[in-house]
Amino acid sequence: MNVAVCVKQIPDPNLPGKLDPQTNTLVREGKLVIDDSDMYGVEMGLQLVAAAGGGEVTLVSMAPNNETSGLRTALAMGAEKAILVSDEALAGSDALGTAKVLAAALARAGADLILAATESTDGYTGTTPVQVAELMGLPSVSFAKHIEIDGSQVKVQRQTEAGYDDVTCPLPCLVTVTAGVVEPRYPNFKGIMSAKSKPVEQLTLADLGLAADQVGWPGARQEITDVADAEERKAGDIHVDSGDGTESAQRIVAYLEKLKVI
Amino acid sequence: MAVSTVWVLAEANESGAPTTTTLELLTKARELSGEIHAVAWGEAAAGLAEALGSHGATRLLHVADVGDGLPGPAVAAAMADRIASGAPDLILMPQSYDGRDVAARLSARLDRPVLTNVVDLSGGDAPEACHAVFGGAKIVKARFTGDSPQLFLVRPKSFAPESSGGAAAEVEALSVPDLGATGAAVIAERHVEERSGPKLDEAAVVVSGGRGLGEAGKFELIEQIAKLLKGAPGASRAIVDAGWVPYSYQVGQTGKTVKPTIYLACGISGATQHMVGMKGAKNIIAINKDDQAPILSIADLGIVGDVNKVLPALIEALQSRS
Repeated sequence: MNVAVCVKQIPDPNLPGKLDPQTNTLVREGKLVIDDSDMYGVEMGLQLVAAAGGGEVTLVSMAPNNETSGLRTALAMGAEKAILVSDEALAGSDALGTAKVLAAALARAGADLILAATESTDGYTGTTPVQVAELMGLPSVSFAKHIEIDGSQVKVQRQTEAGYDDVTCPLPCLVTVTAGVVEPRYPNFKGIMSAKSKPVEQLTLADLGLAADQVGWPGARQEITDVADAEERKAGDIHVDSGDGTESAQRIVAYLEKLKVI
Repeated sequence: MAVSTVWVLAEANESGAPTTTTLELLTKARELSGEIHAVAWGEAAAGLAEALGSHGATRLLHVADVGDGLPGPAVAAAMADRIASGAPDLILMPQSYDGRDVAARLSARLDRPVLTNVVDLSGGDAPEACHAVFGGAKIVKARFTGDSPQLFLVRPKSFAPESSGGAAAEVEALSVPDLGATGAAVIAERHVEERSGPKLDEAAVVVSGGRGLGEAGKFELIEQIAKLLKGAPGASRAIVDAGWVPYSYQVGQTGKTVKPTIYLACGISGATQHMVGMKGAKNIIAINKDDQAPILSIADLGIVGDVNKVLPALIEALQSRS
């Protein structure tokens, strides 16, 4: 059972984001970290491989400047190796361009199951994984809240508006996992040390046989025309609770009464 | 490019009516074009013709045969085939579970990019789509520079639905081509979860809990208050990530957008991720023990205090009124 997990390295989401004044796209300079949303896929992959009694987890990622710091985190959790696509021509890639790159890289990984988050924390377009599946001619199950392997198929509980659906899908396929699907492990010291020497295969667009006009700005076929500050909300009354909550509760009740909610 | 035809991907809710988001998209589509076609799937969807027509759709492109499969591949393939014999200029799709699958599959099939998380669209020859970034602090406008059809995934609650009083849409059947392996994911069983109150994204009152609650068991306080206020419980990403409540409770960028009359944020600091999903609430009440929490800067009533003291007192106060 070999699992490939799509991971994205993003600017630290706890730091304020910035837009490039020239291109109006998110600034992705400096140290990148693994997107928290991807930790669930990595953990799920490790657990499924363990349950199958053999196989490995391969990370597949695309990043500027051959950045690997985020990948090392996932390697330290237990992934065996990584494929990283970096190329100057990738700057400005949209979700579909990214999907073309990941699909080509995943084809080399040859996994039974591909896992991805439902969306990234920074760009949050939320279409890339299923675009990858379509480009690879694979079935997909999005929004998984539970996954198990049953012989040559995967059984997924898929989130819906009304509850969830039990979905079955033959392997190979792609599954996107929601946050909380499993509890990601923390890398231990041994994991962190061994991650340093795990293989990260670095590829360019040419290695994947992709043309530069399919990705980056030319492939995105879109332009940002304006960036403006949104209308701001102002803070209203701030009340400091005296300690037992009673007075604050009364204030909330009075506020709700004023609005005729109660 | 003048916009002549707009397609709207229509979804039905559990009771077989168009979802609110579908009606929102149809209403917006009427501003963009006079010729609106809806796309809907499943045997029963032919019954949507009247409701979709009354919101402006003149034609219903009906993908009846999706079988037991997840709809994404079948609907996208049927749309792509139909586009080959007459393409719309724009396709508006809801940013929902299935809407996202259809948009992603269609995008890859047609080799057209998608603009996602759209919260507004301007009319004219080259429609501009607005997206909220950095927790809604900035609005970015973007437009396509390539060929039509132009694909947009629109967030729920972006527009107010209004009836057009139009007649029932004329139904045109779309067939599903051979999907090969892509159509192999099938729904074995559906589970409807019991819900006592209103839906999170339709509730007039939303009571959300975050990490400040301290532990998973304390989410019960949120559920109690939501019930007392006839509202819906919601959650920050932090406690969904921690596994305290399911993903379906999540309010924010990667969860639901809510625009209730009252949003009560309990123990939520107000990460940009969360704010973008609830900034549109009419009134915001926030309880947080940190007086520097960003949520307090947008709250109409801010309480600096311990949620585990304030919430039990609030429950008591509300119970004593009823």
